[in-house]
Formats: sequence, structure tokens, C-alpha cells
Amino acid sequence: MVDLTSPEFWESVRMMVAAGVILLGALFVLVGSVGVLRFPDFYTRMHAASVTDTLGATLVLGGMMILAGWSINSFKLLMTWLFLFITSPAASNAAAHAALVAGLEPLLGKWNGEKVEKPELAKEG
Amino acid sequence: MEEQFVPSVLIANIALMSMLGVITIAIIRMTSLFGIVMLSGVYSLVSAAWFQAMDAVDVSFTEAAVGAGISTALYLGAMLLTVRKAKPTKGILKRWAPLLVVIGTGSALLYASVDLPAFGSLDSPVNTGVGMQYMEVSPKEVGTPNVVTAVLASYRGFDTFGETVVVFIAGVAVILLIGFGERALAASNWRGREDDDAQGDDSHLILRVVSKLLIPLIVLYAFYVHFHGEYSPGGGFQAGVIFAVAIMLYSLIFGLKAAMTAFPPVWARVGAAMGVAIYGLVGVICMLNGGRFLDYDYIFGPPSGEAHGHHNWPQITGIIGVEVGVVVAVACVMITAFYAFAGRTPEIRDEDW
Repeated sequence: MVDLTSPEFWESVRMMVAAGVILLGALFVLVGSVGVLRFPDFYTRMHAASVTDTLGATLVLGGMMILAGWSINSFKLLMTWLFLFITSPAASNAAAHAALVAGLEPLLGKWNGEKVEKPELAKEG
Repeated sequence: MEEQFVPSVLIANIALMSMLGVITIAIIRMTSLFGIVMLSGVYSLVSAAWFQAMDAVDVSFTEAAVGAGISTALYLGAMLLTVRKAKPTKGILKRWAPLLVVIGTGSALLYASVDLPAFGSLDSPVNTGVGMQYMEVSPKEVGTPNVVTAVLASYRGFDTFGETVVVFIAGVAVILLIGFGERALAASNWRGREDDDAQGDDSHLILRVVSKLLIPLIVLYAFYVHFHGEYSPGGGFQAGVIFAVAIMLYSLIFGLKAAMTAFPPVWARVGAAMGVAIYGLVGVICMLNGGRFLDYDYIFGPPSGEAHGHHNWPQITGIIGVEVGVVVAVACVMITAFYAFAGRTPEIRDEDW
């Protein structure tokens, strides 16, 4: 029988929740990486890469905070998260903006299942 | 103690090392200098992660701050003075002499690595010689929790002085080669070329807001790294580099002229010399009080001989003193070098790139 009042039980629940959240974050990082490789042009790739930076990092750091418990390490992780949450969208925005200013046109229209030829500036960034 | 086999660490090491190999091959094969600069930053970050996995936190911190942070910024500044693409070269197989030398050196290194002691083994020279002695005596003699700081700034203070002088000489060399940058900037302005980052252009709005938030935090972090260096990884070199990065970030976003107003190049020049002078002066004070050069026990006068508790204040004061010298020298040399690169407008027209 599971004793719902025992601290050990809640400790193990905490570990499982933390593991689940970290794994979910890792999944988003994986999805973001696949997106960077498979999306057709620079802007869609940026979109995939920023998923890694924001949602993936948030979930992984959140899981680590649950693991660390109520401690100074949690606070440091929170600060790390805050830093990432401010800087990575700004960096994505700067890269996309620079590409737009440099004259890289986004691919528009419906995808017809064919491989798109490589845009010229797609490597820049 | 038995050597422990930890699969997760082994997997992390193999993964990080193979990433380093992949990045190296990518750098060799690329011709776009911009991509190469970015990849060398990535290389430094991956190796920093690898050092972290090997428990070398101080080295890892230095690699991240210097390799990935400031080198990338300086390379970018240097790249703007030249072309964007490397010249196409002959294929690797056609240049057989360098290939032969590389293969020879590589196999010699691989052959020698067989004789290296296993990682963390107890009978390696690191763990039997002077390293263990530092671990035992430094809490009593110096009293800083971070042994690396004790070794770097106290036991090997003279070596670190040499390193600081080397950084200073590097800054002087940059100045001698390409000038301070001020005059080149003034000349280009006189020719009627204003900065691209003119006022009233809102295209960098998000970057400006974010960097305004971040720059004070970066400077604060630099001072934290400096004054906390005896307790945690970090110290003068990393703090100086982080401080310089804050100025560079400001310059990249608000324009070089604004940065030169906020942190005048004269300060950077004078500060570079002052930093080295502060370091040397700490040593001279010890000499004046009857000790040897950089013998911190004499920094307040001859040692009283009374037993000190947790903190050995003369040693800690000496360490903080020389680290102040290091942080000022490193930060100012880096800022001087950046001004020197960034102050020169590209002599190549845009169409030639």
C-alpha cells in the first residue's frame, strides 16, 4: 500500500515529476533540432531554433529546479532561465531582422511536397 | 580507491569530443569567414562544456569567456577590415608536404597518449607531486576555498605577473600595428562617412532595450567573478574579459562613438598600463616590508606570527590586490584592441565583398 502521508512517497513523486518535465524539455529540443534540419528556408529554421531556446530550455531548467528543491541552486537556475528567456528571443529577432535587411526573401506559398532549392543566403546566420 | 567507470561521463566525453571533431572538419571545409568565426566560437563553447564534464571548472570558465566571448568579437572586428571569404585553395591531397607533417605529428601524439596516466588515477604525476601538496597546505597557508586561486595568485604569483605582462604586450602590439582607432574613426567621419547606427533609426529597438537591461548586469557579474574568485571559479582574467565584453556590446549596438564617449580610449590605454603597475606594486610593497617580491605575508608588514583562523588576511589582501591589477589590465587591453579594430572603417567597398 502506498502511504500518502510519508515524505518518501512525495519525494519520489517529486523526482518523477522532475524527470518527466526534463524529458519533455529534451523532446522539444529534439523537435527544434529536427526542424532546423528539415525546414525549407532561413525564417522557418529560426522559428524551429527558437523553440529549442525558449520552451526546451524552460522545461529543462524547470525540471532541474524541481530536482534542486527550495534552495539557492533553484534560485540560480531561475536566474539562468530569466537570462535565457530575455536573450534568446532577442538573438533570434536580431538574426531574422538582419536576414530581412540583407534582402533574404521568405519563402511564401503552399508547400507542394517537393524539395525546395537552397536559398542563397540561408547559410548566413 | 578503485578507478570508477561512470558510463554517463564517458558518453558525454565521447559525444563532446566527436562534436569537436565535426566542428574542426566543418571549419577546414568552409570558405565564409563569418561562418568560420561563428564556428570557432561554437568550438570554444563545446570544449568549455567538455572541460566542465572533466571537472575543470576554472579552465572551462576561461574557455567560455575568452574563447567563445571575446575572441569571437575581436575576430568579427578584424574580419570587417578584410574580405568576407577565404581564397579558394588547392585540394588537401595536392598539398602533400603539410599533409605528411600533420599525419606524422598526429600519429606521434596518439602514440605518446598511450603512456599518459588514466584520467583521475591516483599515481599520476598531478596527484603525487606538488599538486597534492597544494591541496594540503593551501587551506592553512592561504585560506582561500578555491585552491586554483591560491595556486594562481599566491604560489605562482610571479607566473601570473608574467601572463599579465604578456596580455599588456599583446595590446601594445595591436596598437603598434593598427593604431588606436580614434584617429581612423575621426578621419572617416571627416570624409563624411557617418556611422550607420545613426540616431532616429528604430530598426534595432529590441536589441537596444534588451542590451540596456543586460549591460549593467554583465558589468555587475564581472565584478562578482572578480571578488568571488577566491570562493568559486573565476578571477581577474575572466572578470576583465567579461567587463570588456560589456563595453563591446554597448559599442556594437549604440555605435562606436557612443562607446568611446562612455569609456574613452584614453582610459583604456592608461588603464592597461595601470593594471600591470598595480600588480607589480603589490609585489613591491611586500618587498618594502621586508619580504620577497609578491610574498603576501609581508603586505601589512612583517608577519606577526600569531595563528590565524579561517581567513589569512594578508594573503587574501594580496590576492585581491593582484587580481585588481589583472582585471584592470585585461579589460583595458581588450577594449583598446577592440577600439583599434572597430575604429578603422573598412577600406574595401561593399561591392567588393
